[in-house]
Parts: sequence; structure tokens; C-alpha cells
Amino acid sequence: MSVSPHLNQTKTLTIAVTGLNANDNPGPGLGVIRALRDGFGENLRIIGLAYETLEPAIYLSDQVDKTYRIPYPTAGVEALKERLQQIQEVEHIDVLIPNFDAELFNFIKLEKELLNMGIRTFLPTHQQLADRDKVNLQAFGNKHGLEVPASETILAVSELDQMADKLGFPLVIKGKFYEATIVQHISEAYKAFYKLQAKWGLPIIVQQFIKGTEINIAGLADGEGNTLSVIPMRKMYITEKGKAWAGITIADDKLINLAKAFAKASQWKGGFELEIMRDEKDRLYIMEVNPRFPAWIYLSAAAGQNQPRMLVDLALGNQVKELTAYTAGKMFVRYAWDNIIDVAEFQKLSAFGEL
Amino acid sequence: MKLKANIATSENGFIFNPATGDSFTSNGIAAEILTYMKAGESEAEIKQKILDRYEVELCQLERDWDDYMLQLKEANLLDL
Repeated sequence: MSVSPHLNQTKTLTIAVTGLNANDNPGPGLGVIRALRDGFGENLRIIGLAYETLEPAIYLSDQVDKTYRIPYPTAGVEALKERLQQIQEVEHIDVLIPNFDAELFNFIKLEKELLNMGIRTFLPTHQQLADRDKVNLQAFGNKHGLEVPASETILAVSELDQMADKLGFPLVIKGKFYEATIVQHISEAYKAFYKLQAKWGLPIIVQQFIKGTEINIAGLADGEGNTLSVIPMRKMYITEKGKAWAGITIADDKLINLAKAFAKASQWKGGFELEIMRDEKDRLYIMEVNPRFPAWIYLSAAAGQNQPRMLVDLALGNQVKELTAYTAGKMFVRYAWDNIIDVAEFQKLSAFGEL
Repeated sequence: MKLKANIATSENGFIFNPATGDSFTSNGIAAEILTYMKAGESEAEIKQKILDRYEVELCQLERDWDDYMLQLKEANLLDL
């Protein structure tokens, strides 16, 4: 059970959340917000932090109370700090939950300064962030005895032929931050390389293809080697981009133990997602480790373990005990919804950077 | 042949394996057999009930039984 003095809070708790891009490659922001609203009830104010004007959750006024645009991660730490200071003077944010891989480096860098502003976070360290990076995942797996597919990092398209000879087809070609393409032939590999390079830059990761069942695990760990919550989910409907559009919670101790082993090995602090492939011989391969909650995180709350709420409690310094019970067979089925807004709202965010 | 302990079944023949997330639908007679298996009845007891209740020859029942058990095994629903 998690313990929070905020269930009957009289003071409004203000939480800032990024990742409002609830599109076909969804960010976790909306799921996090929904779980927080479930967990804290009234007296909760949600501040959306958006990079782009068309991030869909910005316009869901029953979920997001106010949105501010923030500078892209490439603008650097100082630009982000300056913008957050401006926002903090108005909003008095208690806790901030970043939800994008690409922005985490800057937020971790600002952790102490944010705290000085009164904004609490619960984030992994830079070292932890680097260890689970796609580029370093194989070394991490080897070091801690965790099964990961063979992979190589390449900087030039000419290296693809050698990788193909070494790993064989099919191959998985992965972008630095996001996206992966399964290729059957060297010409497809070249195409995928150029496409991912153009979008996410170098390096490109070339990974052995593992055939099996796709399972994701959402977890929360305390930074001292302990997991406080683990929810495994089997993907039931997968989009062309490889995203789960429907999924179901499953009960499997092997998966729970794998998440615990990861948290212990990495001393992970904060939310995380393990992308797992279970092959025909029941081996569990860690395909990727995402350093934040997944987009389907609301399922954790629906299944009985509200991980975003637990993370807020941890950030606030409240006592949080490990949860082990949850409902297996709880499903999510995502849907698309045309939200109608007036151009004035769009204009306001575009012109003034807030809505 | 024993059904895995964690397998959930319903009267209408829906089968759910909470360890894998797999779900299946079965017809009336298959659902009935599952109910007996869940109750811990032996293969011989279940077969006798089917013979008593339905017009079916023993040899036909045996063939259908083997076929059904094979399907349950392939679906990873049996405790082997």
C-alpha cells in the first residue's frame, strides 16, 4: 500500500507533465495524468508542458488545466531552466514528471535547481540513463546476466553489410531514440538506415531479430535496488509502428522477477518500461529499456497499482510500500477521438506559448 | 490430464490463461468437459458422464477426447 497525506489534501497539488502527444506514437503524458486524477482526486492541478502546438492532450481541458510550451531539448539546459522558472513563478509546481526519453538528460541535469525552485522530481541518474541506452544495452545485459539480443551500433551505412553477415536476416534497424524497422534484405536495411538517420541522427542500432510474443512491463523502483510495483502487459493489437493499441495484464512470476532483477542490477530510480520478447523456448529477451512510464501506464492504475501516483508520493518524500497484488486480465483498448477546438485556442498557444 | 490451476473458465465456454493473456472460446460440450476438469474429476469419470448424457459411441468419444486434449495441450492449458 502506498501512503499519502494528499488523499484528503486541502492544498491543491500541482503536477507538471510532459509527453502530451497522444497520437499514433503516443507519449505517456495523458496516461500519467489520468492515473494521477484517479489517484489524487480533487485538488489536483495538472500543468501540461508541450513542445508542439498540436500535441493532442493540450486541448483536453478536463485532463490538463493549463499548458505551457517549453523549448526543445536541443535548445539546452539553460533555456529549459529559464522557461521553467517563468512557469514556476505563476504555477508553483510541486512535482514534475518528464515523459520523453530525449528530454530526460536535461531534466536530470536540472534536478537540484528544480528542487531549489520547489519542484520535486523522481528521476534516474545520468549513469542509469546511459547504461540502459540502446547503444549500451548489450553490455548492460552481459554484465548483469540479463538476456538481450545481439546488437551492434553503427555510424556508417557501409557497416550494414558486415552486420548482416554477422547477425543474419531478418534484422531490426533501430533509431537512436525511437522507432525500429524489421528488414528482410540488405536493400531494405539501407533504406531503414537513411530514414532513421534523417529522423533521429546517428548512431543506428542493428539488432538480432527475435521471434516471439511481445510483452511489456511497467515498473517503478526506488533507486536502492527495490521495485515498488511491476505490471506485465501482453500486447494484443500492435500498430504498424509497433505500438500496443490493445493489451492485457498477465500474471507471470518470471516477468516480475525479471523486472526486479533489472531494478536491482541498475539501482533504477523512477518509472521504467521493459520491452520483452518471449521466444518459443520461453526465454525472455529484454529488447529495450525505456527510462520512463509507458503510454499504457493507466492500465497499471486500472489493475490495482497506480504507479504515477506512487511516483509522486516518492517525489514528495512520502512513505511508499511495495505493491504485489494486481488484477490479471485487465485490458486496455485505445481509441482515436476527434476533439473539436476553436482556432482561438490553437492561436493562443501558438502566439503566447500558453493555453 | 489436468487443467492448469490458474486457468479461468466460464459457463459459456470462454477460457482465459492469465499467465499468457491467451483467450479461447469453446463450444458447449467442450465447456462442459472443462467444468468437470476444473472440478478435479478424472478422465474416466468425465467420459462416463458424457456417455451417460449424450448419444455417442465410445470409440467416437475416445477420438474426440484425444483431439480435444491435444488442442488444450497445444494451447498451453494443461498441467503436464
